[in-house]
Amino acid sequence: MSGDGIIIELGDVSKEFVVYRRAGRLRRERVVMRAVDHVSLTVGAGELVGYIGPNGAGKSTTIKMLTGILVPSSGLVRVAGVDPQRRRVELAQRIGVVFGQRSQLWWDLPLIDSFDLLRHVYRVPAARHASNLADFVSLLEMAPFLDTPVRSLSLGQRMRGELCAALLHDPAILYLDEPTIGLDVVSKARVREFLASINASRGVTIVLTTHDLADVERLCSRLVVIDHGRVIEDGTVASIRSRYAGWRTVVVDLEDASAPPLVVPGATVERVDGPRQWLRFARDSTTAAAVVSSVVAQARVLDLSIEDPDIDDVVTRIYTRSS
Amino acid sequence: MLPRRRTVREWLHLYLVLAGARVRADWQYRTSFVLFTITQFAITFLDFLLIVVLFNRVSRLAGWSLAEVAFLYGLSGVAFFVADVFVSQVERVSVYVRSGRFDSLLVRPLGPLFQLATDDFALRRAGKLVQACLVLGVAIAALDIEWTLLRVAVVAMAIVAGTVIFSAVWIGGVALTFWAVEAQEVVNSFTYGGNYATQYPLGVFAAWVRHMLTFVVPAAFVSYYPALYVLGRDDTLGLPQSVRFLSPVAALASAMVARWLWSAGIRHYRSTGS
Amino acid sequence: MRLWWEVARRSFRRHSTYRAATYAGVFTNTVFGFIKAYVLIAVFASRGGAPVDGMDVTDAVTFAWMGQAFYVMVMLTYLDLAELIRNGDVVAELYRPRDLQAWWLAADVGRLGYQVLVRSAVPTVVGAVFFHLRFPSSPGVWIAFAVSFVMAQLVCFAHRFIVSLTTFWLLDYRATQQAAAVVVAFFSGMLVPVTLFPDWLQAVARFTPYPSMMQTPVEVLLGRHAGWADSAAALGSQLLWVVVLFAAGRIVLAAATRKVVVQGG
Repeated sequence: MSGDGIIIELGDVSKEFVVYRRAGRLRRERVVMRAVDHVSLTVGAGELVGYIGPNGAGKSTTIKMLTGILVPSSGLVRVAGVDPQRRRVELAQRIGVVFGQRSQLWWDLPLIDSFDLLRHVYRVPAARHASNLADFVSLLEMAPFLDTPVRSLSLGQRMRGELCAALLHDPAILYLDEPTIGLDVVSKARVREFLASINASRGVTIVLTTHDLADVERLCSRLVVIDHGRVIEDGTVASIRSRYAGWRTVVVDLEDASAPPLVVPGATVERVDGPRQWLRFARDSTTAAAVVSSVVAQARVLDLSIEDPDIDDVVTRIYTRSS
Repeated sequence: MLPRRRTVREWLHLYLVLAGARVRADWQYRTSFVLFTITQFAITFLDFLLIVVLFNRVSRLAGWSLAEVAFLYGLSGVAFFVADVFVSQVERVSVYVRSGRFDSLLVRPLGPLFQLATDDFALRRAGKLVQACLVLGVAIAALDIEWTLLRVAVVAMAIVAGTVIFSAVWIGGVALTFWAVEAQEVVNSFTYGGNYATQYPLGVFAAWVRHMLTFVVPAAFVSYYPALYVLGRDDTLGLPQSVRFLSPVAALASAMVARWLWSAGIRHYRSTGS
Repeated sequence: MRLWWEVARRSFRRHSTYRAATYAGVFTNTVFGFIKAYVLIAVFASRGGAPVDGMDVTDAVTFAWMGQAFYVMVMLTYLDLAELIRNGDVVAELYRPRDLQAWWLAADVGRLGYQVLVRSAVPTVVGAVFFHLRFPSSPGVWIAFAVSFVMAQLVCFAHRFIVSLTTFWLLDYRATQQAAAVVVAFFSGMLVPVTLFPDWLQAVARFTPYPSMMQTPVEVLLGRHAGWADSAAALGSQLLWVVVLFAAGRIVLAAATRKVVVQGG
């Protein structure tokens, strides 16, 4: 780990794959595909980073290089002070990985058995293991199904088990690949709460890959967007949002259901539905407060709310701009 | 918090813990497990019955009696089936690679080889091993061997070295599946073929086959050469007499080749992701 | 009729794409052919060359290599049908308005058609190059062999059909498949010609369908059933097994279908 708290470092990293494509009836041509293209990135200890991009953008390739599964074609990778290419086993001791679509647990055995086996695999001192386990069991409310075989667990229960399993050995970094995929609303919320909590209380650096942008919105302080193997955005969620979607909407419920569209300086009426009107304004032309005062001055308002652009909209704009 | 390296004892303990988990999981399907073990045991008897059938037509095969051939069969079988029980499940690696599960192995602080061996440990294959041990035991009882300390040591060494040799062929061969999945079938012809061929006295085969079994896939060091010493025979087929004691050397050489091939296979996977 | 041809053709095509797997299989077949041949040569050498029951060493070596050629026909003891049953997709098959047994037979013939081209031909050629093999010269024998070959395939298919259907009751087909493979290999003459068995064991074998899979056709090829009476008897016994196994297959299929309908899979 570098002195200034940087725990993940990618220095001009590229990864190329050689693919053979059929060219004509008999020949095959050799095509070099660059999945990751000169990416440089640093993550500080304790950050909670969202790492997103369209399918085929190079997300999983990057994560694989960070976790030691793949070796880069060029560039420097340093994670927790270690080169994943050379010291994979040592690195594995310090990271935890949760794959949303694959299980790392022992399928036919009770959940508790998986936790116990992992204690041996990671050589966690018994006392530490027991205290971590107790913490996670209570945080994730797993007590009712600790003795159930993993194959009989619901997806939500299994995901909680995977999270616990990935953290029992006190990793410095946790990588999550689509952890909320397929989960119901309550389970998703639980997972997010848990991640926020361990990030805050244990200082675990979290790198989260997801297609569910609500995960990003609710959890991540920082967002990195990758497409075509290149990092196209890297900043806080708020700054990215304001850069790509510099508008907001005030939604008012008027007392008069048949009132005509309001006239507000700096804002346009986007939509009218009976008593409800949507007023859209650009951030740099006026403020929500100004819009609200203008509305209140000209009509009787029963209720109002302020909407920000959907993170989905923001990200769609990022993706389409880069393609 | 740099963890110190595991001691041999710790590795053994870890193997037992992880393989034991697999056995416990399999034990849930009790009837299938027991049925399979018994079937395997019974069926491997048919395997030996073949040799007995042949001896129905001859009293000696290339100068070797039934008991002596049974001794070869037993030595080869015990070594082969120990490797089968503890190592052969590594051949599932191509399934892991195809499903993406191999990545899950690489994020753990253990070698993937060790994890493959423990993840799919199948105790039910032990049925075949029991049969091989029985045949070996009966053969030894039937033969009138003058047991010296050296003879006992050679038998023990043959079994240990034999297990290493077969394991090495399995692992080295399986490594090739990182490049081509179909290589598995070719590997099987060396493992199962090696076991099959070394049930018989080596003199049965033409010279080029004998050279293959001595220098390429050294299965001859599992049964034939050690048996020569134990049974008081000296037909080393053109090779120096010392070859009867060289099983450990063959085992070491095989292990080194297997290790090199496996590392190359892992390097290939980590560079290409498939 | 056209339908069965299409099914067979599609199956042929499908299996022809597994090129590397086929070549690997050729390698294995060839290796085992060598081992078997050398062992048999040693057996006859230890007898001073004396034939067994009219079978001499050349016969035996030819037998060994023909065994490897027959491998693709004999040694497959289950069909993809077994996997379909295990994962429940078989229900779609049962609803087809076509005869299930005939369908799978057509597919099996298509598969065999491709695999015989490579996996049977190559070991035979290798065997002929390295060893002295004996092939018949009289066209009558070749015709009889052709008939026997066809019936052997029918017996093999009918057997694997039944073994695959046991998946309806056993769910895990690997154990039955492996057990069946060993029994088939043993009693069909694949490992050691049944001719070399002791008389009592030969009698036991003749009560099973397995010799009809390989022992009988190769015996015909080696000219061991010269003359009409002998040939008729041999081919007749094969035909008997074809009828018995196909009938048994239909009975088991009916039972399985009933089970699915009653229990809902």
